[in-house]
Amino acid sequence: MKTNVYQASNHPTGQFKNYLIGYFVSILLTLSSFFIVTNHVLTLNTAVYVISLLAIGQFIIQIVFFLHLFNERSPRYRLLVFLLMLSIVLILVIGSIWIMTNLSSNMSIPKQIQYMNNQGGGF
Amino acid sequence: MIYFASFLIGKLNRNAIPSDLMTLGAAVSIVAGLIFGALIITYLHKWKYLWKEWFTSVDHKKIGIMYIIVSVLMLIRGGVDALMLRGQQATSVGIHHGYLSSYTFAQVFSAHGTIMIFFAAMGMMFGIINLVLPLQIGSRDVAFPFMNLTSFWLFFAGMILVNVSLGIGDFSAAGWLAYPPLSELQYSPTVGVDYWIWSLEIAGIGSLLSGVNFFTTILKTRAPGMTLTKMPMFAWSVLCTTSLIIFAFPILTVTLTLLYLDRTMGMHFFTAGAGGNMMMYVNLIWAWGHPEVYILILPAFGIFSEVVATFSHKRLFGYRTMVGALVSITVLSFTVWLHHFFTMGAGADVNGFFGIMTMVIAIPTGVKIFNWLFTMYKGRIKFSQSMLWFFGFVGLFTVGGVAGVILAVPPADFQLHNSLFLVAHFHTMIVGGVLFGYFAGLSYWFPKIFGYKLNEKLGRLTFYLWFIGFLLAFVPLYILGLLGATRRIDHYSASLGWQPLFIIAGVGVLVIASGVFVMILQHVVSFLNRDSLKDKTGDPWNGKTLEWSIPSPAPFYNFATTPIVHSHDFYWDVKNIIKHEPKEINDILMPKNDSNAPIIGITSVFFGFAMVWHIWWLALVSLFVIVAILLKRFNDENPNYLLSADKIVELEENYLIFRQS
Repeated sequence: MKTNVYQASNHPTGQFKNYLIGYFVSILLTLSSFFIVTNHVLTLNTAVYVISLLAIGQFIIQIVFFLHLFNERSPRYRLLVFLLMLSIVLILVIGSIWIMTNLSSNMSIPKQIQYMNNQGGGF
Repeated sequence: MIYFASFLIGKLNRNAIPSDLMTLGAAVSIVAGLIFGALIITYLHKWKYLWKEWFTSVDHKKIGIMYIIVSVLMLIRGGVDALMLRGQQATSVGIHHGYLSSYTFAQVFSAHGTIMIFFAAMGMMFGIINLVLPLQIGSRDVAFPFMNLTSFWLFFAGMILVNVSLGIGDFSAAGWLAYPPLSELQYSPTVGVDYWIWSLEIAGIGSLLSGVNFFTTILKTRAPGMTLTKMPMFAWSVLCTTSLIIFAFPILTVTLTLLYLDRTMGMHFFTAGAGGNMMMYVNLIWAWGHPEVYILILPAFGIFSEVVATFSHKRLFGYRTMVGALVSITVLSFTVWLHHFFTMGAGADVNGFFGIMTMVIAIPTGVKIFNWLFTMYKGRIKFSQSMLWFFGFVGLFTVGGVAGVILAVPPADFQLHNSLFLVAHFHTMIVGGVLFGYFAGLSYWFPKIFGYKLNEKLGRLTFYLWFIGFLLAFVPLYILGLLGATRRIDHYSASLGWQPLFIIAGVGVLVIASGVFVMILQHVVSFLNRDSLKDKTGDPWNGKTLEWSIPSPAPFYNFATTPIVHSHDFYWDVKNIIKHEPKEINDILMPKNDSNAPIIGITSVFFGFAMVWHIWWLALVSLFVIVAILLKRFNDENPNYLLSADKIVELEENYLIFRQS
């Protein structure tokens, strides 16, 4: 038994076509978001939403065509780790946004002045 | 001329040499000690031996020993810091102002926290994981041996940077987590915070690499037949810890980088003005910091699971609930970070949610405590030194845990936040939980690594000194905290009547220091009596996991033949059935020694130093050197060598002869 027998054992090979599709689709997605920004085809608000959507599409393309998360043989460690990562990132991002908006509304100067006045004091 | 000098040496100047006598004395004595050590090594002609057998060795057992040596040295350095802190607090009352200035005191407590967490506890954790994990899962080595050695050298580089700050420049005085705005340039204009940032950046990258390495090792190199549910509990705890490392440490790296950009490039991530928000730093650092404490404690849980089952001569009670508890702690530990800043001003909804999550995470921890107690129930318990650490742990950890649940109630936290009660709580968890766990593990696995057992009597004495010293040092802090003493206090009024309690706490630290002394004595005495303490069987405690099936000390190739596992607690099941049947031994592909890793480590010290002092050319050069070395190593066609079967047969036969002698 060698020390590093596991290298590349789980990679589906001979999927040149898949890589090619992934390559072109991701280029297309990148170029279209560039096009939206540089040519001002959309209003700012819609542009933000459309670009976010394109980014999510890019993300899915990457995991399907390059990371091969969904055609991995059992045991599907990569999928498992990916899902763990996704849940932790979601917890951290959503949690941070929640905490920071809450802090910002509670700790803003007008709120504090209001609080101080209610307490019968000032700064 | 001045421009040229500032290009050449950045912010470095004559004032970098510390002016107060105490720091200067400490720096001079450390340098003198290093020179003395180097002279002894030169005199004994051991440099070549050290380089070939240790510094460049990719053998995980040797790397583990190096980690432990460094972490014990750092434990002593952090302990000296603790003595200085308590000495100041015991004497600085009323009209007396102690022997430390406020600023030096702040540097000392920042260094104490940083060193104890990052270089004592983390180092000891990686040391034990390195020593034990591959043996326990029946693997020849870790998944990436070169990366493992590099991790160690990055850890070492971070350690060097922290200690360089003693002699050149100063160290951060902003606490172990360096909250802005205090840690921003405006309030900490010296290089102290930069030292803190770069030592943690470099050591943190080492930790991250180690995390990836052991995670892969567990998932990919287990012995055939060992499914995840047949894995020993220590391996499970390491799997959970490393997944925490992988997801938590990048947050630390990014946060520190942002702080450095603030300080160096005039950016405004965490400043009060120009759109920055210092509360974001606190949020980010604890999103790493809370998982970090579980990173430290989970391997201790794993160690106790092995120790308790082995010395009770019973199978672990509730294997599946134990795994479930570990995994739920892993996920939940990412959902509680706000409890470190309840008082920062979030509303009742946010504080309530995180308070409840904090109480929830105590449940799986409690499950584990009960599982260990049920493992002991009706077992034949052997009161060995490892077991004593467990008994100490159960009591202290439960008390500390309950104190933690009190702190999890936001209204109570508003009273106790930043008080010595909090300090007492987390020291109970880190000393009584983490450190006691690692000490139990070290005495338990010591014979497997060195081939002889540790002196039992001195081991017990060590435990009693640590345990009593701990109670003396920290029970007064709980009381002081409830009386209203804040943490990091360097002077107080005599009318408060706190001095007796602070003096008792100081005496406690002295008792712990004597415990460290006895512990060193124990290793010296055991080494001198190593012939009578020799472990001939390779299985001194009637162990149940694979590491006890091979000779002690473990051979460098670990397993002559790859074991095939059929059940949980496999070695217990088979050791009385299969007795040394002739095995077919094949050639083994082994990783070669690697001199690239120590060079990367040393270069990282220069890189960190250059970033601290703004010597940009040196930073660029060292970065370039590191990348070049890595490229060279990645293009190495032949990093392995073949260990012939004949050689292994010879070594194994030698062992059989030794065993029967």
